[in-house]
Parts: sequence; structure tokens; C-alpha cells
Amino acid sequence: MRLWQNAFAALALSLVAGAALAAGDVGEVKKQSVNIPAIIMFLAFVAATLGITYWAAQRTKTAKDFYAAGGGITGFQNGLAIAGDYMSAASFLGISGLVFINGYDGLIYSVGWLVGWPIIMFLMAEQLRNLGKYTYADVVSYRFQRVPMRTMAATGSLVVVILYLIGQMVGAGKLIQVLFGLDYVYAVTIVGILIILYVTFGGMLATTWVQIIKACLLLGGATIIAFGALYVATDGSLSPERLFQKATEIHNKKDAVMRPGALVTSPIEAISLGLALMFGTAGLPHILMRFFTVPNATEARKSVFYATGFIGYFYILTFLIGFGAIVLLMPADSGYMVTNAKGVLELKGGQNMAAVNLSAAIGGNILLGFISAVAFATILAVVSGLTLAGASAISHDLYANVVAHGNVDELQEVRVSKIATLVLGVIAILLGIAFEQQNVAYLVGLTFSVAASANFPILIVSIFWSKMTTKGALLGGWLGLVSSTLFVILGPTVWTDVLKLGDAIFPFKNPALFSMTLSFLGIFIGSIMDSSEQGKRECASFEAQDVRCQTGIGAEGAASH
Amino acid sequence: MQQDLVHAIKSNPKYHELVSKRKAFAWILAIVMLVIYYGFILIVAFNKAFLSQQLWTGSITTVGIPIGLGVIVSAFILTGIYVFRANSEFDRLTREIKEEVL
Repeated sequence: MRLWQNAFAALALSLVAGAALAAGDVGEVKKQSVNIPAIIMFLAFVAATLGITYWAAQRTKTAKDFYAAGGGITGFQNGLAIAGDYMSAASFLGISGLVFINGYDGLIYSVGWLVGWPIIMFLMAEQLRNLGKYTYADVVSYRFQRVPMRTMAATGSLVVVILYLIGQMVGAGKLIQVLFGLDYVYAVTIVGILIILYVTFGGMLATTWVQIIKACLLLGGATIIAFGALYVATDGSLSPERLFQKATEIHNKKDAVMRPGALVTSPIEAISLGLALMFGTAGLPHILMRFFTVPNATEARKSVFYATGFIGYFYILTFLIGFGAIVLLMPADSGYMVTNAKGVLELKGGQNMAAVNLSAAIGGNILLGFISAVAFATILAVVSGLTLAGASAISHDLYANVVAHGNVDELQEVRVSKIATLVLGVIAILLGIAFEQQNVAYLVGLTFSVAASANFPILIVSIFWSKMTTKGALLGGWLGLVSSTLFVILGPTVWTDVLKLGDAIFPFKNPALFSMTLSFLGIFIGSIMDSSEQGKRECASFEAQDVRCQTGIGAEGAASH
Repeated sequence: MQQDLVHAIKSNPKYHELVSKRKAFAWILAIVMLVIYYGFILIVAFNKAFLSQQLWTGSITTVGIPIGLGVIVSAFILTGIYVFRANSEFDRLTREIKEEVL
């Protein structure tokens, strides 16, 4: 079984690629024949979401409606929407595929993707809600110089959004190719057009409801496959022990699927990866933006609690799905293993199709169609959340506050954000096409490293440290942004594996430990060294910021309608 | 926010109670989460044998399974603990401060 050995070697080779596999890339896939139930269910989803967009468009008039759904989303709804933003199709397919190939190691990633949420809850959720208005740049420019701070925060947002978009678009194109038998270019274009419609017409309200529907569909679909597979694989006993026992008999890794393997080797890589996963979540602009859609801090807290529950449950399901797939798909006579060009046995469509093939194995063409439609819906939802965050960075931060210095008509600002959405949608389509043949796996690692190193440090320090000044924030923020990007490019994943330039200049695959340190040091040193009058005024205004942050007095309320 | 309102809030004893209680509670929970997660990662990195033990005699299920799932569940429980206290006690204090100063 050379395939498995190769797969394990490849996995051990690259922690980042593994993480990326789990979250942003569906990897090598093969086109399949047209699936009619899938197309019908997908069209039903599109019709429903376009209906919602029409409904939302009637209610989206002001800037607050467009960016924050009028601030009238409840904690429970926002919790579902956050889960919808966070559970990408690629993490659904990628983590279950990782468990299918590697067993226990998949769980290590799931854990990493989840533990950022409690940190967001304890240190950021209510603070964001109390200080911000539409984007996280509102928070980091609260008591600092508007133009340079907004410029930096918007740059950080856009870099993260675009990197994330590339991974999602390429994943979407490949997935749709497999599931619906549609051409890659058509698939990417359809995704682009739909998200432009959702976001320009329906704004945050439509985007939120698309997320909520998608989250319910994905959680429901994953529950059916996970427990269906557990039922079938254990002959109705529903005993996980029985499932694990069968998996160890079938998997050629035998007992090793129940143990941590080669995925986490060097402690420095492990800690650095952990930092990126944990704090990167707290620096993703489309996630941070969701905190401005609820009316107050109480609802903001509730939304993180629900989101953590949904996301945690989802990761437990993907673990079960991976093991179910081992038992039901991996036997050579299951009908789901095919011999590839190199003459070795592999899963039909590639390892990331474990969840999709499993749905066919337990529920036939109808369940396969449902899960395919859910996977597509998932991509649409994640991409529209990202696009809205990117458009807001352009219109609210760069246009309204940097170019127009805050003197801008609200309607004009909304108009700019719609144009920005259109442009970003077209850019997403073009990037999706441009990167079709590229290995985009490293992009997710890069995205989380950049978010953890550029956006997260200035955000958390501006909330908690009274002595931060504009100079310190700019030094630290730019250092984090530039160093995390450079370290990834000079590191083994891009320098050696993608660019094939030989030994890497920067020796680690996961730079977050180093780039985050640089960023925090930059903020600290830049602020301490800053003896300007401006800096002193900024320190003095921390008091008022902190009082608002702690009590919510003076914070943006819900819209009156 | 006007400077006099800031001073009125800051001189309110309940404000200090709110800030100190919440700060301590939030950081303790954050540290608990960090210890749980990095504890798990360090065991994975340094002591794989521990996680590979049988959960009970003859079981296929390893100790690592409940521990891994336990980290996921602990994240949910910790956020629940925070919301429970924040949405009752901290929100009540905030409301009282607002009533007194506004």
C-alpha cells in the first residue's frame, strides 16, 4: 500500500499543509458525472437564498443596515451565523479526510480550530461590541490617529480576506467539478455572481441569514452522515468502541489510527501552529465583524457560547465521519476505492471526498445529492461573509475614513461598498481561475499566521494596554504583517515545496510564534519610545475608552426600526 | 464620552467591583483554556505513549480519545461558565452603574 505510506510521509512533511488541507483546500479531485438530486437541491438553496436577499434588500437602507444588519441579530442567530462563517466546506471535507487517512491526528487539528473561541469570549467579544461600529478597524482606531491606523487595519483585513478567498474559490471550483460535473471556470463564476448578488443587494442581513441556513444544513447533514455511518458500521450497536475496533482492523495503520502519529513532531512547530490557530481566529475580519450585528454585549457573549457549541459539535462529527469512512469505504471491495494512475488504491475523488462518498454509501444518491448541495451552500456562505468584510474595509475604513476623512454621506458610503463588493467578486473569480493549477494548501496557514500576527496583536493591546500609542501600533502591526508573510514565503512550505528554490531560509513552517512576538515587541517598544504630545494624548484617552469598553455606555445601539 | 461622565463612572464603587471581578474571572478562564490546550499539545509532542494507552483493559479506544474530545467539550463548558456569570452578575452591576450615573 504505497499510497498510504506516501500519504503519511507527505503529512508528516508538512504541518502547515496539513492544517491547510483541513481548512482551506479540497486538494486533488476528479470530475464526476452530473448528479441530478444534487443539482435540484442546490437550486432550491439558491432560490431560497435569493428570496432572502430580496427580502433583506427591502430592509437594507442605511450604512448600519448594510454593515451590521441594523444591529438587530440575536445572540442565538449570530452564534449560528458565526458557526456558518467558520465551518468551511473545506474544513468539513478536509478534517474528515484527514481522519480517514490518519485517524487520531485529525482530532488534534479540530481541537486547535476550536480553542480560539473561548479566548475570543473572555478577552474580546464584549469589548469589540462596546467599542466598535462596523469593522474591527473602528476599535483599533478608537483613540489613535485615524488615517494611518485605518490604513493599516484595512490592509490587514484585505490581505487576510484575499488569501482566504483564493483558497475558498479554488476549493469551490474543484468541489463543484466533482459534485456536479460542472466546468471549473463555470463553477467559480457562478460562485462569484451569487455572492455579488447576496452582498450588494442584501448586505449583512442577507449574508447573516445565508450563514444561518447554511449552518443548519451543514450541522444537520453532518449529523445524519456521522450517526448513520456509526449505525451502519457498528451493525446498529452505535458503540464507538466497536467502530474503532473495526477501523483498526481495516486501516493499514492498524492500531496506530487510535494514537497521535507524526503530525506533531517538533515542539516549536506544534506551539507555533497552535498560536496561529488559536489567535488567528481572533484576527479574521469577517468573524470580528459579526460582533457588530448584535445589539449589546450580553448578546455578543451568548453568540460566542452558541458558536463554540455548534463548532465543537461539528468537529466531533467530522471525527466520527472520518472513522465511519474508514470502516465503510476503505475495504477494497466497498466500491469506493479506485486504482489511480500509479496503480495504487485510493478513495474515489481523493481523500477529501471521504464525507461525500460516505453519504452515498449510507444514504444513496439522495443523501449524496443533499450533502453535495450543502457543501456548495457552505462555500457560498463563507465566500459572501469574506466579501462583505473586504468590501467594508474598503468603503468604511479606506474610503469613508481615510480618503474622505470621515466627511461622507452615508448613502455614498454604502454605494462605495457595493461597488467594492462587485470588484472583490470579480477579483475572486479571476483569482480562482488564476490559481486553478496551483497548490493553495499553504494559503490557509498563511492566512491564520497573518491574522494572528497583524490583526490580533494591535486589537488586543489597544483594548487592554493604556500606554499603546499610534507609533507603537503602526510599528507592531506592520512588523507582524510583513514578517508573517515573509516567513511563510521564505519558509519550507513556499520556498522549498512551492517555489522549489532549495533549502528554506526561514526554517519553520509555522511562523506565528516568531511573527507574533515581533508584533508585540514592536507595539511595546514603539509605544514606550514615543514621547510625542500626540502619544501622551492617546494614553490619556485610554480612560474614556476603557469606561465605554467596560460598561457599554456610549456604545453603538441597535437600529431603531 | 464627556470627561465628567467618565469621572462619575470611575468614582462609582460598583464600577471598580465590576472591573476587578470581571478582569480576574476572564483572565483565570483564559489561562485555564491555554493550560488545557497547550497541555494537550505538549503531551502530543512529548508523551505520545501516554495518549496511546488502552482506556480500559483490552479496549481499542485509547486514553487520547476522551482527552481530545474533552478539550473540545472543555472549551464549550468554559464559555458557558463565563456567559452564565457575565450575563447575570456582571450585567446586573453594569445596569446598576448606568442607573446611578446616567
